[in-house]
Amino acid sequence: MSMIQISKRQKGTSKLADVLIRIGAIVLSLIFIGIVLAIMGYDPFKVFGKIIQTPFKRFKDVMNKTIMLTTLSLGIAIAFRMKFWNIGAEGQFYMGAFGAASMAFMCPDLPPILLLPLMAIAGFICGGLWALIPAVIKAKFGASETLVTLMMNYIAIAFISYLQYGPWKDPAALGAAKVPNFSENAVLPDVFGIHAGWIIMLVLVIIMTILLRYTKLGYQIDVIGESETTAKYAGMNTVKILVIAVLISGGLCGMAGFMQSSAVEKSITDSMSAGLGFTAVITAWLAKLKPPIIVVASFMFSILLQSGSSLQVMKIPSSITEIMQGVIIFFVLACEFFINYKISLRKHTAVKEAE
Amino acid sequence: MEILHQIGLFLQTAIQTGTPILFAIVGGILCEKVGHMNLGVEGMMLMGASFGFTVACATGNPLLAMLAAGAAGAAGALIYAFITVTLRGNQVVTGLVLTIFGTGVSGLIGGWVSSEQIPQSVSSAFRPVEIPVLSNIPILGEAVFSQDIYVWLGLVIAVLAYFYLNKTKLGLYVRAIGENPGAADASGINVTLHKYINILLGGFLCGLGGAYLSTAFLTTWQDNVTAGAGWIAVALIIFSTWNPLKAIFAAYLFGMLRGLNYKMQGWEIQIPSQFLTMLPYIATIIVLIFIAMRKKKENQPPKALGEAYFREER
Repeated sequence: MSMIQISKRQKGTSKLADVLIRIGAIVLSLIFIGIVLAIMGYDPFKVFGKIIQTPFKRFKDVMNKTIMLTTLSLGIAIAFRMKFWNIGAEGQFYMGAFGAASMAFMCPDLPPILLLPLMAIAGFICGGLWALIPAVIKAKFGASETLVTLMMNYIAIAFISYLQYGPWKDPAALGAAKVPNFSENAVLPDVFGIHAGWIIMLVLVIIMTILLRYTKLGYQIDVIGESETTAKYAGMNTVKILVIAVLISGGLCGMAGFMQSSAVEKSITDSMSAGLGFTAVITAWLAKLKPPIIVVASFMFSILLQSGSSLQVMKIPSSITEIMQGVIIFFVLACEFFINYKISLRKHTAVKEAE
Repeated sequence: MEILHQIGLFLQTAIQTGTPILFAIVGGILCEKVGHMNLGVEGMMLMGASFGFTVACATGNPLLAMLAAGAAGAAGALIYAFITVTLRGNQVVTGLVLTIFGTGVSGLIGGWVSSEQIPQSVSSAFRPVEIPVLSNIPILGEAVFSQDIYVWLGLVIAVLAYFYLNKTKLGLYVRAIGENPGAADASGINVTLHKYINILLGGFLCGLGGAYLSTAFLTTWQDNVTAGAGWIAVALIIFSTWNPLKAIFAAYLFGMLRGLNYKMQGWEIQIPSQFLTMLPYIATIIVLIFIAMRKKKENQPPKALGEAYFREER
């Protein structure tokens, strides 16, 4: 008689094995999806073909999403690294957009070279402050940040909605509740056909890689993530580090809000995030909170997100892409188990004989 | 008398608005009580809504529609339970993905049945029933004694859940697991089994809540029919401090708030409706701060909420 024994891996698998297991999971999930699609009467090769073509046919749309997802995921990653479960990226994104839009409406005639940085800074500060509220609540009262950040999302969205239907409503839009467009000066210009946010995104990725890997702050964040008690014994001012890290976290999400409102929407709406603040939690997690991999994960996800509309042209429901996202991540989540735990078959009789 | 009638009608609608959320809150409480935070409530509700709608159209049988909706919610919960309980995966990510997955599934199924209509046999079964004599009582007549079967079922389930969690041996096991799975395991409680049962039950209830929206309120399919109700439920789980009886209060209060939002449009005093939308979330944060400060035992979140349990790590 044999028994399955599960034990935690002490050293972890090798890096190569890690990557191979994850790729294996993704391949398996695609095969699974293919079979389900075939059962449902769709040609899986056609569907996958359409999805693979998406980045070539709709490069601009895919890149717009990638920029947004990457920046949001970077913000989430720094918080998650210290085990501050910030799932409030959505709200911080909207507050960042609000900050940027406030600047755009306050000084529409400022030259872009001044106005755009001003909008970026306002976006960063507003997003950062919005994230700081749950951090303070956690530090002061000990309330769970997961839940508070989640609640803060809906408060932010309702606030933007209030602006859109109330004080910021464009009287020229004839009854439609729409915030007026920004002035030309407040719009991020295109560089090589894609809005300049891609440069900002790359710079942010580099900064965050250096910050997390090579600076004292990055080290402190990782120590707190390992164990807050250890950090305190080592004499770290954990509250101060928490505040700085959370400000950066929310600030980055706010930056995403600035870029999306300035370059893509050229205005602000209460639905402009399309839920990507939540998707970014998934991409950050997929990338193991490592900035360079976040770009790759975000790009892949953006392709999936964007391919929905190309599938609809083929009379395939766009919901399939949501189901695919779900199935792929379910498989990756499941495969983590094989990376973290070792499964071995133990033969009872063999043990007895040895005794 | 007219004003009493108006108040009665207002409360009737408020209770109906709160009911789908009540199902989801109680479902979420069961799940969180065994230590699992499930952000997939919205997804499970949508799965329930779409399956309930489809089966209602296909069979014309209200009971089958309800069972299908519950089963669909439970199926979503099963994926969640397998990943987070058996494979010890990240609960936040799994829950968020479940919501995306459920939205996709309901969109796909909804697309197939978008031209169907809820048959008479189902919609009449879910219509409010006026209880003779009692329904003539002012205010209470409309608010309490002219309600549909889902409203009653929601109340019964919430009360049952309360007794299950607080007055039975099984409930004691559940609470023990949520507080300290290691200790529960050591005392011989089957942690995995109880986690599965409660997460699946929770999913079943979320599915039912979703079906109430798609089969009793509407006659044709509407995409994304829950419109964030699942997320409100996640907030109100906390607002009700993991107590199914308080969940009734929380859900109905929310229903009144929604109703007030519509009513106020004709009033002189204008509060922007978005501020009323914010209210449940702000209230939830205040409750969170309050319970964290007071540290009163019975109001605390389950201690092991969000943590994966692995026996060997004890």
